[in-house]
Order: sequence, then C-alpha cells, then structure tokens
Amino acid sequence: MSRLRRMAARVRAFFTKRALDADLEAEIAAHIDMAVDEYVERGMSLAEARRQALLHFGGRDQAKFHHREARGLMNLDILLQDLKYTIRTLRRDPGFTAVAVLILALAIGANIAVFSVVDTLMLRPLPFPAAQQLTWIAPPPSKCGESCATYSTDAYDEFRMYTRSYQDVTGYFAFSGPGNLSLSFGGAPIPATSIDVIANFFNVLGVKPAMGRLFTADDARHGAPPVIVLSDAWWRTQFNADPNIVGKTFDINDQQTTVIGVLPRSFDFGAVFSPGARVDAITPLDLYGPPRDWGNIITMIGRLKPGVTLAQAREDAVQATPHMCWNNKQPGSCGSYKDGVVPTALKDHVSGRLHRALVVLWCAVGMILLIACVNLSNLLLARAAARSKEFAMRGALGAGRARIVRQLLTESLVLSAAGAAVGLVLGGSLVYWLAHQGAVALPLLNSLQIDGSALVWTLLIAVFAAVLFGLVPGLRMAAGNLHETLKDSGPGSGQSRKHERVRSILVISEVALACMLLVGAGLLLRSFMHVLDVDLGFEPARAASMNVDYVPLPSDGNGNSAASRKALLDHRAVYMQQVLDRIRALPGVEAAGITDYLPLGQNRSWGLPFPKGVKPPENLHVQPLVYVVTPGYLRAMGTPLRGRDFSWSDAPDGQQVVIIDRSYARFLAQYAHWPNNDPIGQTIVDGNGPEFHIIGVADNVHEESTDGETGWQIYYASTQQFATGADLVVRTQLPPAALAGSVLSALRAINPKQTAAEFKPIQSLVDHANSPRQFFMLLVASFATLGLLLAALGIYGVISYSVTRQTQEIGIRMALGATASIVEQQVLMGTLRLAVIGVALGAAASLITARLIASLLFDTSPWDPLTYGAISVTLLLVAIFSGYLPARRAARIDPMVALRAN
Amino acid sequence: MSPEKLDLLQGTLDLMVLQTLAAMGSLHGYGIARRIEQVSADEVLLNQGTIYASLVRLEQRGWIASTWGVSGNNRKAKFYSITRAGRRQLAADARYWERLTGVMDRVMAMGKAEGEEPA
Repeated sequence: MSRLRRMAARVRAFFTKRALDADLEAEIAAHIDMAVDEYVERGMSLAEARRQALLHFGGRDQAKFHHREARGLMNLDILLQDLKYTIRTLRRDPGFTAVAVLILALAIGANIAVFSVVDTLMLRPLPFPAAQQLTWIAPPPSKCGESCATYSTDAYDEFRMYTRSYQDVTGYFAFSGPGNLSLSFGGAPIPATSIDVIANFFNVLGVKPAMGRLFTADDARHGAPPVIVLSDAWWRTQFNADPNIVGKTFDINDQQTTVIGVLPRSFDFGAVFSPGARVDAITPLDLYGPPRDWGNIITMIGRLKPGVTLAQAREDAVQATPHMCWNNKQPGSCGSYKDGVVPTALKDHVSGRLHRALVVLWCAVGMILLIACVNLSNLLLARAAARSKEFAMRGALGAGRARIVRQLLTESLVLSAAGAAVGLVLGGSLVYWLAHQGAVALPLLNSLQIDGSALVWTLLIAVFAAVLFGLVPGLRMAAGNLHETLKDSGPGSGQSRKHERVRSILVISEVALACMLLVGAGLLLRSFMHVLDVDLGFEPARAASMNVDYVPLPSDGNGNSAASRKALLDHRAVYMQQVLDRIRALPGVEAAGITDYLPLGQNRSWGLPFPKGVKPPENLHVQPLVYVVTPGYLRAMGTPLRGRDFSWSDAPDGQQVVIIDRSYARFLAQYAHWPNNDPIGQTIVDGNGPEFHIIGVADNVHEESTDGETGWQIYYASTQQFATGADLVVRTQLPPAALAGSVLSALRAINPKQTAAEFKPIQSLVDHANSPRQFFMLLVASFATLGLLLAALGIYGVISYSVTRQTQEIGIRMALGATASIVEQQVLMGTLRLAVIGVALGAAASLITARLIASLLFDTSPWDPLTYGAISVTLLLVAIFSGYLPARRAARIDPMVALRAN
Repeated sequence: MSPEKLDLLQGTLDLMVLQTLAAMGSLHGYGIARRIEQVSADEVLLNQGTIYASLVRLEQRGWIASTWGVSGNNRKAKFYSITRAGRRQLAADARYWERLTGVMDRVMAMGKAEGEEPA
C-alpha cells in the first residue's frame, strides 16, 4: 500500500519539480536562519554563526540532489537530460545523423515489411474465427491432378455422415474456370469469375456477410431460384458499392440471378484458396443435381469439434473411408478412397509450402539489420574517435563509466527510434505495394498490413539494433584510459590504432554478411533463370487465349442418349470450326485452336486408359490429365506433335482417337509389346470403356507447375468427347494485345452475346506460375543489393578514416620518395585485404548454410561454383571501387601540407 | 566523545526521525536535526541537510505530514508531525530494531563469555 502511494507521489513529484524545489529552497533557508539564530544566541559573531550553520548543514547541492532522488524519478530525469543533450549533438552533425537514420530506416523498413509477410502467411492464424479448427481434407499428393485431390458429392455426403470429429464439413467445386460468369446489363456481357460452394460453406468458415445474407440449404436445392453473393471488391468496382444491391436481380449466364448478400472485405476466396486469382462472386453448388454424376469435383474443408486433435480426425477419416463411394449407383466404386482421405490443418494447405521461403526471407532481412548495425557501429566509432576527448573530460569531471555508457546508449536509442519511425513509413509503403500485387500467386497477400504485432516487432528490433550498434562503441569509449585519451592528441597513437582494428573487424564481418546474402540471392536468381529456361512443352510467347462462350442447343438434350450425344458434339464442332475459320482468317494469326483447359491452370483426369489386353497394375495413383481439344490446338500452343493431329472428320460415332504425351507413351510401352515401342496406331482402353486409337504423340507439357515434374497428358478430340469449356488459343505474329479487338469482334460476329473476355497472353499463365519464385527472388535480391551497398559504404568509411589518420605518415613517406601510385596501391591493397578476408569468411559460411535453401533452388546446386565465383568477384570489385576514392585522396596528399598540419 | 563520529546505518535516520516526531510532537527540519544531535550527544555524523531526503521519503509514504507555520523566534518554517500510520510503522520498526540489537548483543557477547569460562 505505502509502496503504491510512494510511487504515485514520486510521479507527482516528477511533474511538480519546480514547486517542490522552491519549497525545499525555502525550507533550507529557514533551517540555516534558525541555526544562525541559535549560534548568535550562544554568543558567536554573525559571520562565525553563519559559517558554523553552513558547515553543519553540509553540502546544499548534495542535500537537494538527495531530496530529488528520494522524492522523484531520478532515472527519468537523467533520461530527459540525456535526450536533450543527444538531440543537440545530433543536430550539430546533420550529415552523420541523416546517413545513420537512412541506413537504419532501410534496414528496419525491410524488416517490418518482411515481418508483416511472415506474420500474415506463417505466424498468424487464418483470418477465420477459431481457425485452428479448420482442416483441409484431401488425399496425399499424387500424380493425377485435381481429379485425384477432390471427392464426389456422394463421397462428401458419406464422409459427413460417418465422421464424428467435425462440427461440419463443407467444400467447393474445384473446377470453376476464370470467366465462368457472364453478367449482362443489356449490352455486351461482362466476364466474371464465381466459385460454386456447398451451402454451409460460410457457416463452416465462420464468415458473416457485410450486407444481406449468405447461403441457406434452400438456395442450393435443385431448381431453386438462382442467387449470388458478391465479393467486396466486385461490389465496389462493378456495382459502384451500391448500398441497396441486396435483392436486386441481374442477368447472369442468361438467368435472372438475385444478389442476396455482399461478403466482408476481410474474406477473399482467391486469397485463401486460389492465390493470385480473382474470384468475384460465390454461388451455391447444386449438390444433388447434375454434379452428382460428375465424379470427383469437390474439395473438402472441415471444422473440427473443439478439443479434437488432427490425429483423432485422421483416424476418424480412416474409419469413414469404406463407406465412401465414388458414385453410390456403382457399388464397385465404394471404398475407392482408401488412404485417400487425410485431414490436415487448413493453414498448412494454404501457406505450409511457403514456410522455408519465408524463413529464408526473414533471415535475409535479419542479416540486413545486422549489416546496418555493423555499419552504424562503424560510424559511431568514427565519431567516438572524434569525441573521445569530450568523454574523457566528462570522466575527469566525475561522470562514472556507467553514466557515460548510458548517455551513449541513449544516443543509439534516439538514432534507432528515428530510423524506426522512417522505417515504418518505408515498410508501410512496401507492405501497401505488396498487398496490391494481385497477380502474385501467394495466399493472403491482400490482407497484409502494419498491425499491432508489426508495431511491437518494430519496437523490438529498434531497441535490439540500438543496443547492438551502440554497445560496442559505448563500451570502447567508456573503457578508454583518461590520461591516454587526453594526451592522445595526434593520430597514430595507441587508442586510434585499437579503434581501427575494431573497425576493420566490423568491416570484415559486414562484407562476410553481404557475401552470404549475395550468394543466397545469386543462387535464387540462377534457379529462377533455370526455371525460365525450362522447356514447358509449349511456347508461351506470341500466343494468347480467350474464353469462347458456347451454349448447347436445348433441343439437343442432355447427352445421355447416343443420338443426343451425337447431336451435341456435332453442333458444337460446327460452331467451333466456324469460330476457328474466322479467327484463322484474321491478319497476323498463325494458328488457332480450342481446348477446354489451359496448361498451368486447372486440370482433371478421367482414369487410366491402358494398352488393350494388358491388365493395369493395382494401386497406381497416377492418371493422365485430360484435355479435350480441337484440331489445330497443339500447333497454336506450340506443342510439337509426332503423328497426326485431330481432324474435323473424326466423327462422334467414328473411330475414337487420342493423342498422348511422350512420358505417358513411355509408361504404357513398358506394359505393352508395341513394335519399336511406338504407340502410334495402337489401341488403349480404360476398363470396359470404349477403345481409343492413338494417332499421335505430343511433347510433355508442364501442366501443373513450371518447376515441378510433369504429369502425363492425354488429348481427346473435341468432336468426340464433351468439353468443359472453350479456351480459344491464338498464335500470332503481332503482339497479342494488338489482336484482342479483332478476335473479340470475330467472336461477336458469330455470337453477339459473346462476353467481352480478356485476351490473355499465354505468357501470363507462365508468369503467374512463376510469380512466387520471382517474388521471393526479387525480395532477396533487393535485400542483397542493399547489403552490398551498406558493405561498400562501410569499406569506404573505414579506409577513408584510416587515410585521414595516416595523413602525416603518408606525407613523410612521400617526402622520402614514395610515389603517388605506390601510396594509392598500398591503400587499395589494404582495402582488398579486408574484402578478401570478408569474402572468404562469407563464402565459407555460405557453403555451410546454403543447404538450408536447397529446397528453394531449381536445377542449381547450393554450392554452384559459378554463383560463388561471380559473387566473390563482384564483392571484390565493389570493395576496390569503395577504396578507390580514399586511395586517390591519399595519393594526392601534399607532403608539405601534411607535415605542417597538426 | 569518541574521536570519530558514527556513520548512520542505512535506514536508521528514518527511524530516528519518526521516533523524534513521536516523542516531541510537531517539529521543523532544523529542530529534528538538532534534537537527534543532542540525544546522540553529537556522536553521529549527521549532515543536517540529509534530513530533508528522509523527511520527503517519510511524507511520501504517508508516515508523517507537514505544514508551513511560524517558529518560536518568528521564522516561517515547515513543521512535520507523525501520522497514525507513522506511529504504527514506528512501533513495528522499533520492535524489529530491538530484536536486531538483542541478537547483535548476544552475538557480540559470545567471544567474551567463552574467554571468561575456566579452561
């Protein structure tokens, strides 16, 4: 109690310093007067009485000091004093202050930005309530694309019924392509992208609408009136943030669709589930309608009951799998999901694979901070040399060593706080910029922001940096021998030499750190170059694609009967042929074709067709990815083909033909006894399905990633198989953008309701796939460049200082006959010595640590000699360059002037 | 009078001030200092100025209270008096002090007692 009271009194006293001091002053005056009175009464003279009184009272200033110490917050008083002094000294040296603050701001800014990224992607839970309960339910990774990573609606139902670990399970349709909506206001339809979700999707995730309502089971009923929920971004851009949007109906895909709600800004489907893709709206999935027969189409997301662990959920899933059927109408398909239902944390699915890259990024900025601190230490040491007398003087006047270190640390803290403030602005801008890189395929980027934890982190690193860069110079300075320092009037004496050794060590460590950063960046850059060099199996340059709208004639039926099937396929073929004829007639068009899926986007598989008469091996979780394409597609994509292409005369009821890729052909050839292992002309069949005649072999295409293994592909003729959509691919001699208008008007000429879809360069698909690698590479490379700059600055500072220090010595040497070029060489050699040691240490450290980034590299050894060599040479050149200016200055020293100085 | 004055132990000055105020009622800083000097027969080394740090410490803890008044020979001075909390504290401190001095006495007596015992 009294302790608390005392603290309150102390704080009060701190703020009423002046009044309390006046009070004390009056009290002391009264005290002395009374003492004088008493001594006079005893018979002393007034002067003697006064002397005695003062003598007995003791030191007045001491009494006041003790009084203040007892009543107030002495530490705060000292701090304020130090702050005032610091700001005065820093102001006197604006050049130093500006450089120091800038260096710190760059380093701290980079750290803040990267921390935000790491925090958002790795440290923080996903932006959903109780996000740790959310699980992603999928089979282990396999080589048959998204069809093997999804479940049928029947399997979903059974899973939901037979598991007990979940509060609820939901999912979404994994095969919605971009531009699957066409919104019509009467004029040309506008393309948009929506995802079909199971009605309970938002309930499971815990997303609440910003306006209106989200889906109910009724909205997903077969035949229910169409409804749509808009994303915040689409609502703003397309509907001008109309506050009365809820309840309005729009013509979407030729259906009057009611807007029932708007999603909150915090929920962006794309940012969580398909990074780098824009999702404008969400629509309910008709779970018990036609999708029942579409096979594996749903990705599953579950919310665990509180307290249920992932291990329990896994066991639960295992016991549920025997009940799960691919299609309940086919009893043979039950249990086919064995070992294929594995719940993992949703967060791991979203960002787990980025962990290593994020950690590397974090280390890179950490190193930048270290380099900046070393640099600052160096600058401070240079200043310390100039200020050593000031501190020696203060020491001589009674300041304790702790007091001086404290003063210096205050200075560091002030610098670091200023750096952090500017860094916060820099980091904030960087974060803002990153958050608006919509095309980068990284999850949750849009939710990047400087939040409370980023601020706390800023504070932490600012204090850490201040202690780090302030302590060494502080201790060195405070440890200085008073007499030595006061006597140390000229350069070349002991103290300065010691300073210089410390500074050399700092520079060497700086160069070593920069070397490690550069090696890392170099390895990532080389990997990126290798990825760009990968033969993708198609030629992205000078090709572009556009979504073609096609609605089958209702009179053709649903394709369930042979006649309806033939009518649908024939009509579609006629339509597409017409489209392609028009497009090919456009000037500048080299080739054109249509596919239903583009590479590096979505994909699906239809089973494993096998050589006729050969039994496929059991438990093979690999299937070729399926593409239904028109004649000319492969040529338009630039995929080399051996054998013949499809032709319009490959009729629905004629011989069924396929083209397979080389790797699938090689795989099949192991089991079949084909002459020369040549699949062309051979027949494959999937179970009891129709027989397919192989007419050609295409090059392997990178379907899923640019840097991963390629899967197998099988191409079916769009004249013989139902396609999911229609992506027109055009190869041109002109830049694709120049052709966009004429392609769209050609499509409009056939179908006036053709959506104004984007004419998207195929290169953009590749860029999108490469964007995470590019993103990390660019960040690390810019940090490495920053590190290099700081190291160069450090070298320059040290060499420049040492030249100044040795002016006299150099003057003497020149007077004794050393030529300018010899002096210059010697300075450069000194520089080079520091750099060589630094590079050697840095390279050695890189050799040891490079293994850590091995998993981020592509086709590049972590010990790639070329990278190490190039980086070493670069660093040495930069070092020589930084040493060159001081060396020149040394060479120009006039011996007469130098000797007279001092 | 001993040739060297005693250094005050940490915290003893506060106790002396409390005891002085308890015994003498309201007093100003000079009066307290003089009183302590008189009682100690000038055996303690007391810079009178240090009394004020002690006074402000005690006042902040709420053990004494102060008010400006006029002294016997008509000088304006700040008068301190002990509060109820101060008396409680004094009683506690005095008990502690007695125990401590008791223990110290016994410890210091140890050697003498042994020496007097016959071998």
